[in-house]
Amino acid sequence: MHAGISLLPLVLDRVSYTINGTALIDELSVTLSSGSRTLILGPNGAGKSLTLRLCHGLIRPSSGSVRWTGPFAGDPMCRQAMVFQRPVMLRRSALANVAYGLKLAGMARAERTERARQMLDRVGLLALADRPARSMSGGEQQRVALARAWALQPEVLFLDEPTASLDPAASRAVEAIIRAIHEAGTKIVMTTHNLAQARRLADEILLLDRGRLVERSPAQHFFRAPATPEATAFLREESL
Amino acid sequence: MHDIAAALGAALRMIGGLDACLLGIVALSIKVSLAAVAIATLLGLPLGAAVALSRFPGRRGVIVALNALMGLPPVVVGLFVYLMLSRAGPLGPLGLLFTPGAMIIAQAILITPIVAALARQVVEDAWVEYQEQLRSLGAPPRRALWTLLWDTRFSLVTVVLAGFGRAAAEVGAVIMVGGNIDGVTRVMTTAIALETSKGDLPLALGLGLILLILVLAANAAAYAIKEAAQRRFG
Repeated sequence: MHAGISLLPLVLDRVSYTINGTALIDELSVTLSSGSRTLILGPNGAGKSLTLRLCHGLIRPSSGSVRWTGPFAGDPMCRQAMVFQRPVMLRRSALANVAYGLKLAGMARAERTERARQMLDRVGLLALADRPARSMSGGEQQRVALARAWALQPEVLFLDEPTASLDPAASRAVEAIIRAIHEAGTKIVMTTHNLAQARRLADEILLLDRGRLVERSPAQHFFRAPATPEATAFLREESL
Repeated sequence: MHDIAAALGAALRMIGGLDACLLGIVALSIKVSLAAVAIATLLGLPLGAAVALSRFPGRRGVIVALNALMGLPPVVVGLFVYLMLSRAGPLGPLGLLFTPGAMIIAQAILITPIVAALARQVVEDAWVEYQEQLRSLGAPPRRALWTLLWDTRFSLVTVVLAGFGRAAAEVGAVIMVGGNIDGVTRVMTTAIALETSKGDLPLALGLGLILLILVLAANAAAYAIKEAAQRRFG
């Protein structure tokens, strides 16, 4: 899908994010390249969501730098998308919600309606296209949010605990869509506190603890033989 | 007590009989207040939304000022507009003093801050919820502003109708700049004030009843629209 010029890799260089003297993200350095599904794990308060927001450019680091180092020279915002824990649905139909993002991206009206219908079809919601988005269930809303993000054909998709407030069935549906988005060529960077979900989705794991990166490993290694004592402790506590 | 009952009976007969004089006054009232609300909406909604979305030095001061201007005394507005429009005033050559136009200007000045201040609150609450999503989708500030106004449209109907209620019920400003001229600038509130002081209670009571019903109807409509919209759009 992005045969053209790439935005990735994304380089975080000694990124800190400080509020009132407390470093919530502490000298985080990491490079994210295209291809794999990267899952960010860590206990509450580890800085998972902040890391995603720093990567996506919603907040600025207090020090250090976040740089897209690929050859793509345009506005990086138009090649990435984010899905939040609680989907923000505009007070209009599901179709109009998906089309809204395309309108911002500058797509003509007829084309964006067509694309929005396609995307709702891909997330299995075409039958509900004309329903007011806010009247849909939490799982359906999250699928609309995924369709809205996917419609932009982002090179990178950030997902912040996208299934945290969903029941297991809705979570499975969301996971299937994330897999499909990845297979269509989008880099996935996602946080979760659900270890089983991380096992199902991850190619590689980043483990954060108190704002620092403590381990980065391929998923099989991380779950079978974590390299650091922090990761061992995290897996033990989480599986209790 | 007997007098009041008799006056009320006469008032109801006037309303029931669609008294021409009464209808003319009601029609002018509605026309003036609707025009003022239209102006206040066009200015106040974007202004309120812009203050809600922007961060600049002195923003708190602007918000406090907007909120304070909601309580702007009508007679002060009347005096100000009078000075502007009087023959010697800067806008004197327009010849607007003692015309419905002057009344529209005065009411618009009175309610624009109300619409702006209430809209700011509504839009700012929505912005807290939408901000990250809209920025993520790459919405520039101007687009975000219109998106938020559109998405809060049902709450803003209430805001606009609050402005209408205030405009229609106001007497001090319009009597000063309109002059309460029979058949030209006499509206419900100024007529009520005049007829009461003249002792023509039936007309005053009749107009008072209609004014009450009008304001009640506006608020009921606002409530119904909001309820229906919330059920439909969430």
